[in-house]
Order: sequence, then C-alpha cells, then structure tokens
Amino acid sequence: MILLENISKIYNHSSVALKNVNLKVEPKEFVTLVGTSGSGKTTMLKLLTREEDPTEGKIFLDGIDITDLPRSQLHHVRRRLGTVFQDYKLLPAQTAYENVAFAMEAAGRTDEEIQEDVPQSLDLVGLSDKINNFPHQLSGGEKQRVAIARSLVNRPDVILADEPTGNLDPINTWEIIKLLQKINDLGTTIILATHDKEIINNIDKRVIVLEKGEIISDKANGKYLV
Amino acid sequence: MLFTNIKRVLRAGYLSFRRNGWLSTATITVMALVLFVMGNLIFIGALSQTALDAVEAKIDITMYFVPGASEDDILTIKEEITAVPAVAGVTYVSRDQALAEFRERHKENAMIVDALGELDDNPLEASLNIQAKNSSQYAAISEFLVNKNYPTVEKINYSENQKVIEKLGSMISTVRGAGALVALLLAFVAVLVAFNTIRLAIYTMREEIGIMRLVGATRWFIRGPFLVAGVIYGVIAAVVTTALFYPLSWGFAPYLAVVIPDFDIFQYYKGNIIEFFAIMLGAGLLLGVFSSGIAIRRYLEV
Repeated sequence: MILLENISKIYNHSSVALKNVNLKVEPKEFVTLVGTSGSGKTTMLKLLTREEDPTEGKIFLDGIDITDLPRSQLHHVRRRLGTVFQDYKLLPAQTAYENVAFAMEAAGRTDEEIQEDVPQSLDLVGLSDKINNFPHQLSGGEKQRVAIARSLVNRPDVILADEPTGNLDPINTWEIIKLLQKINDLGTTIILATHDKEIINNIDKRVIVLEKGEIISDKANGKYLV
Repeated sequence: MLFTNIKRVLRAGYLSFRRNGWLSTATITVMALVLFVMGNLIFIGALSQTALDAVEAKIDITMYFVPGASEDDILTIKEEITAVPAVAGVTYVSRDQALAEFRERHKENAMIVDALGELDDNPLEASLNIQAKNSSQYAAISEFLVNKNYPTVEKINYSENQKVIEKLGSMISTVRGAGALVALLLAFVAVLVAFNTIRLAIYTMREEIGIMRLVGATRWFIRGPFLVAGVIYGVIAAVVTTALFYPLSWGFAPYLAVVIPDFDIFQYYKGNIIEFFAIMLGAGLLLGVFSSGIAIRRYLEV
C-alpha cells in the first residue's frame, strides 16, 4: 500500500509542483494519473522513487516512511518499485538481456535465478527473439518492452510508468497498455501517468486528475473530462 | 554473495572498458601522455643530478703545507679534518706526487720542463684536498681550518676562490630548487589533465549512472566497474609509457652524451626499468582509480 500524507513539493515560490497532496493506493490497484504537463504527475512519481525529496509531508510504502531513508539505503525501496519512463532509460551499451539482468544483478540475485527469470520476463513482453540486441537496434516499442521487462523482473509490488507511450505510435501504445494491464492482472500495483485521452477512456480504472499540483478529481471508473 | 558481487563488478568494468572502445582509447592515450611527462621529469631529474654532482665535485679547498712539514704531521691533520661531519673526503697529495702531476700536465711545454730540470729541489708543496658533502658548507669548513691555525700550513686557497665557489654553490642550490618547483608544477598540470579526462569520460555516462541507481543498484555496485576500468586504464598506460621510453632513451643517448658525458640515459633506463615501471604503474593506478572515484561521486547522488 502506498500512502502520501500532506505532500508538497516547492521548487521556488513561483514554481509549486505539488500542493498538500493526500493519496492512498491499495495493493493490486491500477491507477491512472492524468493532467496536462506541469500538473505534477512526474513530480509525484519522482517523489515515490526519491529522485526528488518532498518539501513537506511523508510517503509510506507498506508502512515504511521512505522520505526518511538516507540516500545510501534507497536501493531497498527501489528494488520493490519497477519504473518505466517515456524515454525508456535503457543502458545503451548493454543488450536487452543484460539490461534486464542488470536489475537482478544489482538486487543480488543468483546467477541461476537470473538465467531463468530474464528470458521469462522478456518472453512475457514478447521479445524472446531480440534478447541479444542492443537498444539502438530496437524500435521505440521494443525498447519500452525491454524497460517493462526490466521493471517487473524483480517481481516488484508496484510499477510506476511515467508517460510510457509518449513516444510511441497508436499500435505500440496499445501493446504497452495491454501489457501493463496483464501485469496488473497478475497482481502488481500499477501507477500510470499519462495525458492520452484514448488510454484513459478505454482502460476503465481509477483516474486521478491533477491540476497545478493539486488533486481535483479521484474517481474509481474515471473518464477523461475536459 | 560478496564473491558474486565482486565477480559482477569485475565483469561489468571489463565490459564497459571494451564496449566504450573509443572513450577507453582516448582516456588511455591522455593518461599515457601524462605518465610520459612524469617519466621525462624523472629522467631530467637524474640527468641534472649527475650534471650538478659533476660540477660540485670540481669544487674543493686546498691546504698547502710548508716544505719542512713532516708527512706524519700532515696525516694527523688529515685524520682530524676527515672527522669533521661536513667533510666528505680528504685527499693527501705529497710533494713528489704534486711534482709528478705537474710534469704530466706540462709535458708538452719544453720551457717548463727545462726550468724544472734546472732546479735542485722540488719546488712544489704537499697539500690536502678537502671536499665538502654540500657545496654550501665550504665557507664554514674554510673558517674552521683558518681558526685551527695549524703551524705547518702555509696557505688555504679557499679565500682566493671564495667568490667563485660561493657563486657556484648558490647557483647549484637555485637550480635544484627551481627544478623541483618546475617538476612539481608540471606533475600537477599532468594530474589535472588526467583527472579531467576521466571526469569527462564519466560525465558522458552520467545518465547511465542515474538509471542504475533508479533500478536499485547500490552505490558501490555502480562505482565498482568504473574503478575497475580506471585500473585497466592505469595499467595499460603504464605499460605503454614504459615501453615507449625504451626506443626513445636508446635514440637520445648519443646526443645527450655529447652534452653530459657522465650520463648514459639508455643505461640509466635499463638499470632502473623495474623501479621506473613501478612508479609509472603506481602513478597510473592512483590517477585512474582516484580520478574515477572522485569524478563519479556527484552522479551517484540520485
């Protein structure tokens, strides 16, 4: 369970990214964060991974206050969160297999586990035939699938996806969304930040709307309304 | 667990070294150049040491004895002076030796040889040649000898040459001091260049470092491979530089021998090759590992 308590993020007095946000996400939920760019979606995800520190408030992950952890201990939290980004953030000098394996190596898993889980995870995202390709040899949709494989290979509790389809064409977009839904069906919490109306109206899950750093709507079966 | 991590760090370091071929080559090239500058400083240091030693060895104080002084007397004084801590060595030149040397030096000059033949007696005096450990100590030694006021001593030639000796002494210490300063400055510049090159190499990978942190890697798990790559840079640069000096010192030796006959740079290089490589390796490793370690720090703060 994720709990945000009175979270504010202020860069400076003229730039307030989040204002007094309170939010609770239950396990196995699929939550979509909606809002125009600058509304605070990305900041909220960055606070969850502690890429940024909140100006005020606390964030709990299964009862642990992650805002209180020293930076040297953040890897414990990050191994329980999978992250997917608009720009994929793959390691360019490593193959698809190695990119996924890196997350497991970093988490201290054994070689046997890695040899078993990495191909499985790449198979789940439909990339079994490209495991030895480097990122520059893959299309945008394929890169994003590698990123998703990497995010789920450590069996995280939550996957955070920040505009994962932002650089993709409609067909690839749907492939990725379907993939995220499948992962959610298997029991992983998903928090998806997007401003794509089509996606929001079609997945029919909880939708939280952010505007200028504040939650202005939170509905169980939300639609994109303007 | 620890063993697995070390194995993974080593492999990742090697892989990143190999896959970032151009970056690795460029970094090694700069580091080899830096070590090359340092190697030259070592050679120049040894060379100027030899040259200065040669000049310094030519300075001495000579004490001349009255013709009637007995050899025992002179040898007693010799013992006494040898015991002074600032004195490096004392050489006794007897009257006969002095005459023989004089004849040898002037054997081409018929007039002098003839003139000597006219004399019944040996006109030359016995003497002690005194060398100081350090050229700046001659004044003090000379003063010490004058104060002793040996009855058999006729003259001490230091005061005659005092000006020249003092000038030479101060020149030698100035050259040493300035040389050390220039060497230090050059070494500092070289270290900065190496550090900046590695910093640049790591700067190009700052995003990857951030990604690794976000994926859940500990700082050491990320830092390790960079340190391994730093070790590889250092070792290769040291080997390349040491190897490079072999043909270079061989080629330069004849030219240098013209200027400073006492110094054979090729022999010096061959005689000290193990120490030389050890210094290059030590400097290379320190530069590679410390530069990497310092340069990566800020990018790990994610």
